[in-house]
Amino acid sequence: MSGKKTAVFVDRRGYRRRRMTDAARLLPILGAGLICIPLLWKRPEGTEISTSSVMIYLFLVWGGLALLAAVISRYLAPEDISQDREGNVRNDEA
Amino acid sequence: MATLNILIVVCVLYVAFLFAVAFGADRAARQGRGAWLRSPVIYTLSLSIYCTAWTFYGAVGFAARSGLEYLTIYLGPTLVMIGWWWTLRKMVRVGRSQRITSIADLISSRYGKSNLLAVCVTLIAVIGTTPYIALQLQSVTLSFEAFAQADPSQVNAPNPQSTALWVAFGLALFTILFGTRNLDANERHHGVVMAIALEAVVKLFALLAVGVFVVWGLAGGIEQTFARIDASNIARWDVPGSRWVGLTLLSAAAFICLPRMFQVMVVENEDEGHLRTASWAFPVYLMMISLFVVPIAVLGLDLLPQGSNPDLFVLTLPLHEGQDGLAILSFLGGFSSATSMVIVASIALSTMVSNHIVMPIWLWSTGGTAIMSGDVRHVALLARRLSIAGILFLGYLYYQISGGGTALAAIGLVSFAGVAQFLPALMGGLFWRGGNRVGAVSGLGVGFFLWLYCLFLPSFGPNVLLPQSVMDLGLFGVSWLRPEAMFGAEGLNRVVHAVMWSLSFNTMAYVLVSMISFPEPLERLQGAQFVNVFQHSATAGSWSGSMARSEDLLIMSQRILGAKEAQAFFAQAASEQGLVGYLPEPTPDFLLQLERELSGSVGVATAHAMISQIVGGAAVSVEDLLAVANEAAQIMEYSSKLEAKTEEQTRTARQLREANEKLTQLSQQKDEFLSQISHELRTPMTSIRAFSEILRDADELDADKQTHYASIIHDETIRLTRLLNDLLDLSVLENGQVELSRQEGQLIDLLDRAESAAGDVGHNITIQRSREVEEITVYSDLDRLVQVFINLISNARKYCDAESPVLSIKAADQDDKITLDFHDNGSGIAVDQQAVAFEKFSRIGQTGADGAGLGLAICREVMLRLGGSISYLPGQNGAAFRLVLPKAET
Repeated sequence: MSGKKTAVFVDRRGYRRRRMTDAARLLPILGAGLICIPLLWKRPEGTEISTSSVMIYLFLVWGGLALLAAVISRYLAPEDISQDREGNVRNDEA
Repeated sequence: MATLNILIVVCVLYVAFLFAVAFGADRAARQGRGAWLRSPVIYTLSLSIYCTAWTFYGAVGFAARSGLEYLTIYLGPTLVMIGWWWTLRKMVRVGRSQRITSIADLISSRYGKSNLLAVCVTLIAVIGTTPYIALQLQSVTLSFEAFAQADPSQVNAPNPQSTALWVAFGLALFTILFGTRNLDANERHHGVVMAIALEAVVKLFALLAVGVFVVWGLAGGIEQTFARIDASNIARWDVPGSRWVGLTLLSAAAFICLPRMFQVMVVENEDEGHLRTASWAFPVYLMMISLFVVPIAVLGLDLLPQGSNPDLFVLTLPLHEGQDGLAILSFLGGFSSATSMVIVASIALSTMVSNHIVMPIWLWSTGGTAIMSGDVRHVALLARRLSIAGILFLGYLYYQISGGGTALAAIGLVSFAGVAQFLPALMGGLFWRGGNRVGAVSGLGVGFFLWLYCLFLPSFGPNVLLPQSVMDLGLFGVSWLRPEAMFGAEGLNRVVHAVMWSLSFNTMAYVLVSMISFPEPLERLQGAQFVNVFQHSATAGSWSGSMARSEDLLIMSQRILGAKEAQAFFAQAASEQGLVGYLPEPTPDFLLQLERELSGSVGVATAHAMISQIVGGAAVSVEDLLAVANEAAQIMEYSSKLEAKTEEQTRTARQLREANEKLTQLSQQKDEFLSQISHELRTPMTSIRAFSEILRDADELDADKQTHYASIIHDETIRLTRLLNDLLDLSVLENGQVELSRQEGQLIDLLDRAESAAGDVGHNITIQRSREVEEITVYSDLDRLVQVFINLISNARKYCDAESPVLSIKAADQDDKITLDFHDNGSGIAVDQQAVAFEKFSRIGQTGADGAGLGLAICREVMLRLGGSISYLPGQNGAAFRLVLPKAET
């Protein structure tokens, strides 16, 4: 972790990839938040929150998360995974 | 009406089809045609063993009891999958770079390759998984019963015990057939994975079909379905927050920690890139699986008679409506879910049991050393097969004892909570370098006991394993220790309560003990390698070997990897180091490589223990390394570069030393030979002279004596002639003046000729041959070849010093060459003699047998002229020579 020497500026594609890894890291946190939202729904006096509405909401969230994950994973092509390694080979000389 | 008989026929056909698919996939993979077997789709589908019969039948029951709560079981894994960049990517990378075979292997490897830890993890996994296997057996028998009840023609309902036994037996057979083909657990089980992927499709299709039938066939459309949901008794969304969050976390943890998930996700992973596809495709699969669960539950509650088991709605609803085909499809779906889970779980558990429990005990009981006779491979495979049978038997036993009464989902969650105890040690191991072995053992221990006390033992019901008084008043009457209300935490759900306390105490114990205690050097090294796996996938060496142990290592490896594989591995390593032959220098790099190779077969901890037995002193060297380097990466790097340079110099020095030794030995032997050859020439000459003088001078010799003396003279001249012939032959061969007359012949005939020609020299020896593989056509100078064979056979006769000498001759027909191994059971050739065995005039040992040491030299020259080679195979418990003959007609 320490002493990772990376360039200050990277090209557009590299920049996009890095932001996509950020997105990949944040996605489960977003998902966890969205899944817990029905717990916060208010119940007006006398009425109840119906199972069917929560069900529709949850399945929409589910589909949305899968779609986002698919889009993000397109940017994280395999060669990008090995990038870490190459990046480090350079470090070792430092 | 569906008859039970049709169901049984369909079921048997389906199983036969699965066998065929697994067999075909295995074959395709072996012949290298299996590119499609390695696609990300197959990988994603294989992950679906997460959805067991508990999902297939139990999810509907879960929904019928507590509404949308069942979704937590699938939302947890969804979050883990879309968060693959955090954990799964790292687990897969570590698993591949360290050749991990199971979750026990991963945890033990991370914490200094500790076998104690591996045993703990294995035991917890077995205890946590056995009920789950019982659950699968139960689901299959229940679904059979459901059919039997709906079938009026069936008078005698099938005995559930015998159904369960048959299912367990069939599963054991399948798993042993396709799951233990290769010893190397790191190799992919293509057949099994393919069968599971197929079962994944079947169960999804079946559940969707039932769902579509229920929504459009029974309810009459989407709107009516929602109306029915709103009118049912699960219409209200009132899941407590603690349960919603708690169960989601639990299922996420279990998804990572379940041994069977680890098996398909990490061990069977072909390519890290597959995770990218699975990251979105598997959540989609889970979503589709859970899509129709609520409608099926609601319609089941509506249409089926009061008191019917909601866990079987998926099956009984179509049966009730007279949809027999759909019911059979649904049965196959449930059957697929149950069988695929049991197969993978028993493969995963058997690997753990055999690598971490059976093998260490076996190694210890056979004397505790890694160098001994016998082939470990058979033992390991047998151990794995027996473990599979044992685990399935345990599952069956649990099913028998528990009586199969409790609701399906209950056991599922108990089992999840058990394996979730691995989470702190696993995550800590991947992300926190400070975690150590003592901490991991304490955390696991504390978590495991809390799980037993709060969840597992009470799950059998009061007064079965835990007395009612303990449940009500707490252990020793202390109310704070009530198993379902620890520290006065009442009002929580049982499972959430147990998960909360066990996991938090587990984590606390792990962190605190890790902070207080001090890790061993190997733990620190492994910790750095795991946590920073993306920085240095190539690892620092941790072995320091010393000379003359390569042969011991080869002997050991041959027994684990197989003789051919081990020899190839050693020969390649030797050639990479610029050495000739089968014995590479035991450099740290080579030892590490070897350990990885071995750990694929017997697990990291065992492989490490075996190598350290032979090489020894590993701990000291790592300690020194760490003391000097003080964990600073730069210093480590610098020192390892220096080390590499020193190694290179040592290697060059060894090569020089070898060459020098060889030269000295040769010149010494030449001197010896000159004196010997004069001796050899003089001895017969002396006797010839003496006896001819007697014949000339003595007057009164009777005819008998005359004949005797003359025949002595004759024998001695023959011996002289033979010696001179050999010398001449060798010089002709060496100068390349020999003319070869090549022709075709059968190897088996040549060996027969050689065997009978070498018949009367030296001691008696038993020759073992496998004649069926010797039917190979060779194109060569047959007489010369026979000469080589005779030489090797008579050598064995002369020099094999075993009590009952045996020479085994093994032929092997390889792609472009034929190899022949001559292997006797004597004491072999000493290491220092091996280098000169083929040199002229070298005589091995002081056995006093006749011969001038030209035989092997002639053999080598002949084989060279024939375009082949002869070499000595070290480490075979006896002298072993390998002949290699080219096949091509050149």
